[in-house]
Amino acid sequence: MSGKGGWQPGLRESHLYDRNVIAEIQRAAREGIYDIRGFGAKRRLPHFDDLLLLGASISRYPLEGYRERCGTDVVLGTRFASKPLQLEIPITIAGMSFGALSAPAKEALGRAATEVGTSTTTGDGGMTPEERRSSKTLVYQLLPSRYGMNPDDLRRADAIEVVVGQGAKPGGGGMLLGHKISDRVAEMRDLPKGIDQRSASRHPDWTGPDDLEIKIHELREITGWEKPVFVKVGATRTYYDVQLAVKAGADVIVVDGMQAGTAATQDVFIEHVGIPTLPAVRLAVQALVDLGVHRQVQLVVSGGIRTGADVAKALALGADAVSIGTAALIAMGDNSPEYDEEYRALGSAAGYYDDWQAGRDPVGISTQEEKLAAKLDPVVAGRKVANYLRVLTLEAQTLARACGKSHVHNLEPEDLVALTVEAAAMAGVPLAGTNWIPGAEAR
Amino acid sequence: MTRVATATEVVDLAACSLRELNQRLHDVAGDHPEPRHWRVVNPNGTHAVACGLDAPVEVEIAGHVGYYCAGMNQRATVRVHGNAGTGVAENMMSGVVVVDGNASQSAGATGRGGLLVVHGDAGARCGISMKGVDIVVRGSIGHLSAFMAQRGTLVVCGDAGEALGDSIYETHIYVRGEVAGLGADCVEKQLRDHHVAELRALLDSAGVRDVEPSSFRRYGSARQLYNFRIDNAGAY
Repeated sequence: MSGKGGWQPGLRESHLYDRNVIAEIQRAAREGIYDIRGFGAKRRLPHFDDLLLLGASISRYPLEGYRERCGTDVVLGTRFASKPLQLEIPITIAGMSFGALSAPAKEALGRAATEVGTSTTTGDGGMTPEERRSSKTLVYQLLPSRYGMNPDDLRRADAIEVVVGQGAKPGGGGMLLGHKISDRVAEMRDLPKGIDQRSASRHPDWTGPDDLEIKIHELREITGWEKPVFVKVGATRTYYDVQLAVKAGADVIVVDGMQAGTAATQDVFIEHVGIPTLPAVRLAVQALVDLGVHRQVQLVVSGGIRTGADVAKALALGADAVSIGTAALIAMGDNSPEYDEEYRALGSAAGYYDDWQAGRDPVGISTQEEKLAAKLDPVVAGRKVANYLRVLTLEAQTLARACGKSHVHNLEPEDLVALTVEAAAMAGVPLAGTNWIPGAEAR
Repeated sequence: MTRVATATEVVDLAACSLRELNQRLHDVAGDHPEPRHWRVVNPNGTHAVACGLDAPVEVEIAGHVGYYCAGMNQRATVRVHGNAGTGVAENMMSGVVVVDGNASQSAGATGRGGLLVVHGDAGARCGISMKGVDIVVRGSIGHLSAFMAQRGTLVVCGDAGEALGDSIYETHIYVRGEVAGLGADCVEKQLRDHHVAELRALLDSAGVRDVEPSSFRRYGSARQLYNFRIDNAGAY
């Protein structure tokens, strides 16, 4: 043998029962409970990497990369709200709870968003004063659990996001295991300390789109019709969900694809429920176009946004903005090789760490242990996330200029081709080198 | 000019928009609102009447209201002289909300403080996810009431429907009549003297004085499902 687990002639690993599958079957047999973890889907999925942008040449003029302006601003909530969000970049920070994340991590996200002129979002645990102070533009989530929900925070928020579902687990509620329910988290959520908290998956006081319309109306009445109301859905039956959210009166719709992250969810849920972000964007845009409200009701897309290329392609498909979660945590230092030794002490390694549910994060992000949380300097971490957001923006501008666009929102589906038949069908753009969009004739 | 303290501001929802009513009620925020007494006529099932109040005003609503009446109430006293639709006093923080008639489903949902009194019956999911509010129902309540109830007290002078207190946390439940069934992890517990005292005080606050506190039965969490254990898989 060339070493433990090493390959040698004659050894053939089963595709069906590879080492991960074998390990999971044996873990399940040993522990008798499903695997709960953080991060997002790890399986390979059709994604923005499967699309390419068509730069300008003879039929299109490019813009000078370092000289000509390429706008990035976006306004969210123009439909009914008297005070829509004015953002300088089309990349926002997604909802992540205090509880799932440490207070310094939440503060860092607020600092970063403020520094680059975008918004950040609360999560399934209420609004902390640190988060409000550090965030110029803060979106306040109304979730099924209603942990920490109060009208003072609602009025303090800049926008309200009604969370129907999230991409990592459409149809599932939040989860926060006992070792992360510290005194402060327990107090904010009105729960006993140390329990395994499982949020409801349905809202307690409305069921279905007709009720949602009345709920949104109530939220607007409480806040004087000032604040944009977002509706966030996990990507599943996206076309219909988006149309129903429009019907219910949303100003902004957030569609979260299955690659989106989570702090704690069953692995089987993360990997097997929902649709990828790529088809979700197309379905959402189509739903808005068919209702005649594309660009009037803004679309925010999330789930696996990592690079400026992802941003540019999502916008080209018709999104008004994108949102990042996992990537922001990675920008802070999550899974950094710098912490490899500490990850290995936890039975993981840098690049593989997904035990965000466990609360033992050596970087100080997904923890409520004071000693660990203190390792994360919110100023330094905030600067890193701000830098990362700037790079995403610069990259998206670079690509937009190459396509001859003076604003990133001028990118369009005609600027895209697909590398695979699957991506062409899902995104609704032609397979590269052809004019074939699989499924287009049926739409 | 000195205004008469007992003057009542009358708002006719047949002539005034809901937006105007709610904005006027929001504009009197503060510890000494003026006018303090309001009477809303012709509500005709309108949704979101008197929601988001944050002042010690007294609002009388002469008729039936739709969804979310007195939603997220703070400090105000809101009395509905009629029936209330879904989610009356949802997420209320403080103050008092009284429904003279019946309340639809999700009455007092996620409420974090204050007192909700329903003199008639309340529908399904009464007190769902309640987080500190006290709810007194003179009549009966529907199924799945106090689902995932976290804090506060639910008092039911009549009967309770199926799956009462399913996945309950630390809410106290008292029911005087029949309980059709208890939800996961909800069990009957002994009614001790301090529970009778708690009940008496709540019934007094609610103006329910013809019911003997010791005639109730107490229900609460068995606390067996607070942490994941494979042995409990069948209970979910």
